[in-house]
Amino acid sequence: MADMNTYKSLFTELWNDSEYPVMSLIESLEGVAGNELAASKIKTVEKMRDQLLLKTHEHPVIFIGMGTCGLANGAQKVHDAFVTILKEKNIKAQLISTGCVGYCAKEVIVDVKLPGKPRITYCEVKPEDVPVIVETTIEQGQIVSDKVLAVYEENGWQNVPRIDKIPFFIKQKKVVLENCGVIDPESIDQYISKGGYRAVVKALTKMTPQDVVKEVLASGLRGRGGGGFPSAKKWELAALEKADKKYLVCNADEGDPGAFMDRAVLESDPHRVVEGMIIAAYAMGASEGYIYCRAEYPLAIKRLEKTIHDAKEYGLLGKNILGSSFSFSLKIKKGAGAFVCGEETALLNSIEGKRGMPRPRPPFPSTAGLFGKPTVINNVETFANVPAIMRNGAAWYSAIGTEKSKGTKIFALSGNVCNVGLVEVPMGVTLREIIFDIGGGIPDNKKFKAVQIGGPSGGALPDSVIDTQIDYESLKSIGAMMGSGGLVVMDDSTCMVSLAKYFMTFIQSESCGKCIPCREGTKRLLEILTRLSTSHRTEKSQDESLLRFQGMVYMERLADVIKNTSLCGLGQSAANPVLSTLRYFRDEYEAHLYDRKCPAGACRELLTYHIDTDKCTGCTVCARKCPESAILGERKKAHYIIEEKCIRCDQCRANCKFDAIYVE
Amino acid sequence: MSTASVYEKYPAQDPSVLIPMLQDIQEILGYLPEDEMHKVANFTRLPVSRIYGVATFYNQFRLQPLGQHVIRVCRGTACHVKGSLDILTTLENELKIKAGETTKDLLFTLETVACIGACSIAPVISIDNEYYGHLTVKKVQKILASFKNDQTEE
Repeated sequence: MADMNTYKSLFTELWNDSEYPVMSLIESLEGVAGNELAASKIKTVEKMRDQLLLKTHEHPVIFIGMGTCGLANGAQKVHDAFVTILKEKNIKAQLISTGCVGYCAKEVIVDVKLPGKPRITYCEVKPEDVPVIVETTIEQGQIVSDKVLAVYEENGWQNVPRIDKIPFFIKQKKVVLENCGVIDPESIDQYISKGGYRAVVKALTKMTPQDVVKEVLASGLRGRGGGGFPSAKKWELAALEKADKKYLVCNADEGDPGAFMDRAVLESDPHRVVEGMIIAAYAMGASEGYIYCRAEYPLAIKRLEKTIHDAKEYGLLGKNILGSSFSFSLKIKKGAGAFVCGEETALLNSIEGKRGMPRPRPPFPSTAGLFGKPTVINNVETFANVPAIMRNGAAWYSAIGTEKSKGTKIFALSGNVCNVGLVEVPMGVTLREIIFDIGGGIPDNKKFKAVQIGGPSGGALPDSVIDTQIDYESLKSIGAMMGSGGLVVMDDSTCMVSLAKYFMTFIQSESCGKCIPCREGTKRLLEILTRLSTSHRTEKSQDESLLRFQGMVYMERLADVIKNTSLCGLGQSAANPVLSTLRYFRDEYEAHLYDRKCPAGACRELLTYHIDTDKCTGCTVCARKCPESAILGERKKAHYIIEEKCIRCDQCRANCKFDAIYVE
Repeated sequence: MSTASVYEKYPAQDPSVLIPMLQDIQEILGYLPEDEMHKVANFTRLPVSRIYGVATFYNQFRLQPLGQHVIRVCRGTACHVKGSLDILTTLENELKIKAGETTKDLLFTLETVACIGACSIAPVISIDNEYYGHLTVKKVQKILASFKNDQTEE
């Protein structure tokens, strides 16, 4: 099959002029172009269309999920194995690298589509499985039954479920993620063949900017970065400002540890984000746009660069887009690793080349933002929603979700849950449905303890409240927030005090230091939490014990002060993990404070290590591994641990082959 | 290696190019030496204090040269829940350095990152941009040993 990006030359050939290749392509796909073409040329157009839609293809097509999670699981090796074996056997087949379908737990995912047959999805493919797949499926046309996950259409193979009917996908509703893992993210033609860029054409040729604002306002779309502000309201405010230049910024600085929604969208369907940005820029009257992306996402940046290049080639970016008077150019800015830059005014400072510190508001960015000009900042997922709204209409979109929160939301489900992955659900489903129905519950027969929603700005929710419906308001009422969409599931081996300490360590080191409540307050909070899990053995004086109690007394008040007086969202939400764990897991704090015990067995300092003299064979491994030489004993005789020297690094237990080391 | 190309690529006296410039310089040299920061200050017409301020504000920039192999330990929430602190402690003990430091022989640099984004294979580390997932303390020791062995063979 022809390389997907060579159609541009075909249009020039067909129309003798390809000023707006995207229009030509859409018309060919929809069959409109035929009216003005000679019969021989119609054949070419139809052939191209069928190829693009994969309706007819001579050779098998192999899709390999090559997002970051796929690559981390060895997708490159699987890809190489296919290349080698196809060459060896002299089989003609097309290899397409797709993004991520979202089922990270089952990576590497490989799809095979044989001519005239539905697409088959294989999961957990390793390089050594490749010969079997090539032989059984590609050569013999049979399914490899122990690797198959699903098929895309029902007719074809029996006893194999359709992909949207398997438990992981059945409760999901894919709007933003519909193309992720399905198409080649680097091919603009494939995106267009799946309905892409229709929304831009519609907006630019049939609607005024005001119409676009009205449509998106009516859909009820709210910012997906966490705040939940109506997105089109920002566009409207900026559109009303009078200025010689306006900016549109895409916030792709996804910093929440444990969240990877934006990365997956950027890697798997970058054209959707760019399309959303073009529409938003048109609505607000911006002439220049920036995508501020984390430098830690090299693959996303690489794909965005190609996306912007291809969109320019197709006349979708640049001067006088699609013959209108609207011009828009797009640039990528790489972040440099500062969590606070996810905050919109800090992000603007970073683009301007300054330290990423937030600005006081007002003035709001819609009045004076980037370089002092009116600026709108939306997040990746927000932009990715816009094309679907424009294509299907506001009414369609607002029918999904709850009364105040419309549409779908993507969550990155991770931690102690069976099906780690990316899930897109309509607003209004419960956390229980996500964790137990989609996520498949907790592995290793352990008990569900809590789920952390919204990263370091959110809260940890226990079993008693996870039947709450997901929307912006209800989450706030139970002490959490939507955040960007990280969902980290924890089983009973996680200590909630340690979790609060973990988040506070993160926030404290990421606090930019501009305002005192956040800079000093988070440091004090961290001190209080650290004292809770510090053993009296390592304390320097007895005053520390008194400070431990005093800290607990003042903790809630301190948290409230940080919340109410910090300058930006980072500080205002910094205390949430502490407040929510205190609200739902108070007994665990008490156990640390009064009993000096960690019920989950996670706070090392509060544990005591022992060697079971019956099990110890005297192999001396533990003594050699001990960094503090706290283990003594003769070879082939039971060893013992000197408690005062032990730093509880767990090296001995991890290295013992005889399970002779136990903890109390 | 010369950084001359960086100064040709960007317009002079434009403060907004500061971060991309520093990123490019670090890409070439592996870190930001003091004299380069002076050069950037001259080029952008910004005070050196501002350059230093930016270079120390962002986690990405470093003022010391890197080791031959860069080990990044993911400290994301999913990895934390699955025991990434043990992995970090093991690496610190084995290499006898703390996170953010480089071994004396300039062989390894140990860093922590907020989240690699490969939560499905938590706990995860990356060494020279290659991922190692589903780690245990023992696996880490093996991986480290293989790197050290490679070194002695070379």
